[in-house]
Amino acid sequence: MVDDSGIQGEATISEQEVRHLAHLARLALTDDEVAHFTGQLGAILHAVSEVARVDRTGVTPMSHAVALANVTRPDLVTASLPVAEVLAAAPAAEDDRFRVPRILGEAP
Amino acid sequence: MTEPVVDYAEVLTRYEPVLGLEVHVELATASKMFCGCATEFGAAPNTQTCPVCLGLPGALPVSNDTALASIVRIGLALNCTIAADSRFARKNYFYPDMPKDFQISQYDEPLCTDGWLDVPVVDPESQTDGVIRVGIERVHMEEDTGKLTHAGSTGRIHDAGYSLVDYNRSGIPLVEIVTRPITATGALAPQVARAYVTQLRDLLRALAVSDVRMEQGSLRCDVNVSLAPIGATAWGTRTETKNVNSLRSVERAVRYEMSRQAARLDAGQSIVQETRHFHEADGTTSAGRSKEQAEDYRYFPEPDLVPIQPDPAWVARLREDLPAAPHLRREQLHAEWGFTAAEMRDVVNAGAVELIAATVAAGTTPAGARKWWLGELARRATQLGVSAADLPITPAAVARIEQLVDAGTLTDTLARQVIEGVLAGEGEPDAVIAARDLQVVGGDGELGVAVDAALAAEPEVVERIRAGKHAAVGVIVGAVMKQTRGRADAARVRALVFERLGVVDEAAG
Repeated sequence: MVDDSGIQGEATISEQEVRHLAHLARLALTDDEVAHFTGQLGAILHAVSEVARVDRTGVTPMSHAVALANVTRPDLVTASLPVAEVLAAAPAAEDDRFRVPRILGEAP
Repeated sequence: MTEPVVDYAEVLTRYEPVLGLEVHVELATASKMFCGCATEFGAAPNTQTCPVCLGLPGALPVSNDTALASIVRIGLALNCTIAADSRFARKNYFYPDMPKDFQISQYDEPLCTDGWLDVPVVDPESQTDGVIRVGIERVHMEEDTGKLTHAGSTGRIHDAGYSLVDYNRSGIPLVEIVTRPITATGALAPQVARAYVTQLRDLLRALAVSDVRMEQGSLRCDVNVSLAPIGATAWGTRTETKNVNSLRSVERAVRYEMSRQAARLDAGQSIVQETRHFHEADGTTSAGRSKEQAEDYRYFPEPDLVPIQPDPAWVARLREDLPAAPHLRREQLHAEWGFTAAEMRDVVNAGAVELIAATVAAGTTPAGARKWWLGELARRATQLGVSAADLPITPAAVARIEQLVDAGTLTDTLARQVIEGVLAGEGEPDAVIAARDLQVVGGDGELGVAVDAALAAEPEVVERIRAGKHAAVGVIVGAVMKQTRGRADAARVRALVFERLGVVDEAAG
């Protein structure tokens, strides 16, 4: 269903899209889970799409909840964390560096 | 595995290349893009990290104002339109070089768009100068990623099952400069690619926004190349060769890709749209990650950062403070330096204009700066297969060396040894001089002792000199040089010898 603003009012998501998103998020989903989450995500999208009912005449789309711009900081060096603290959250470390599983291929 | 290639000259008889260049430049700010961590190159691993650049939960990024001024200056210098409203976006991907699992970048609202750069290109065949206008599609702000060391590459790690990550580089301000497709270059495509990166690097150096050191990765280039049959209306499929790390490699990568793609097209094969890697050793490229299974970054506006809306008055001030355009600046420097037209041309061709300008600014004569950058340093650069600008020596260090030569503290021979030490990573000139004990043997007292000893050891030579065979003085000079380990000024030694023997030097004066 498309409302008079041209925005889809009855948002849905396909199982194929859920599988693709799961792959991008590195989640291994069973077929049952795909069906389950497709229903849940569809319901969430539908609920959010309610906003499309609001009269948006004259409203500029925004990416932020606050009307602020140009929040900056001066280019000054502040203290970094001690290496021990940096690595405290690492699952594994070696030579003061994070140790991670080898990734075949290269960075995007 | 080497792929078949077609002879370069033959490629041009059947195909027309299209180029696209993406240059990433690390800004030389003191602190990172979104946090106050230092940006020093070569610091101990993970000593320049904090909750923001480690992507810890709850940390909030805030933009670095100097970095924003720098990118606007770059945009203005590249004749771009500066956006009235610009936003950051999250580029989502899973790879351990970004601890947040996304990179803060810009997507559909970059800060600078629609510019151009005029690039001087010399045709190697005809030796004629020309200028090619390269269109700039966009210049956007992003953050650099961490550095991975793969198992095996350190020589110490034998287990090939893991990688080590240093996040010092993560969050350093990075500016990406993307050209429009560069067409109709024909056989000059490799030279145009190189000339563009050279010109861009000089421009960035003149703006003083980056160290622009390709060998340290503060300037990196991705090279897109495609071929289409001559006369075709549609362009061919392109490949993207990543992280080409010297000017010479940019030229070689384009040349190789043209020859490789031509061989595939000749054989009726298609070009795979893919990322490729350049191999410095043999100048070839090889396939990396295939694009079709990647690149779904799900960009969305970065909710933790507010929009950037450059104040027009601020942009106008930045525009007024820009250095002169490269060709105007060259004319101005040429007049200031008093070089001949031929000398200036050599300086320009060697890519040494900004290096000499920086060296002169550090306190030498233009001729003194030119002597080193076009002499010893150019020779070293050629040996190493890099450009002079990529040598690990700063204009300030070159200025210091020339000052010491000028003051008589170093001879040219000793100065070359100091340069060798600096290039070998032994430190700044004064540290190298101290460590290698390279000062000229000072005062005629110490030198006199060495001359007297050499004369006493060679009575026959002394007789020959007295008998008018002045060329024999070379034996004494050689002995003194050996005695002082090369740290004496040969002309001074020669003068002392004649003075001691009471003979008038026929070559003097």
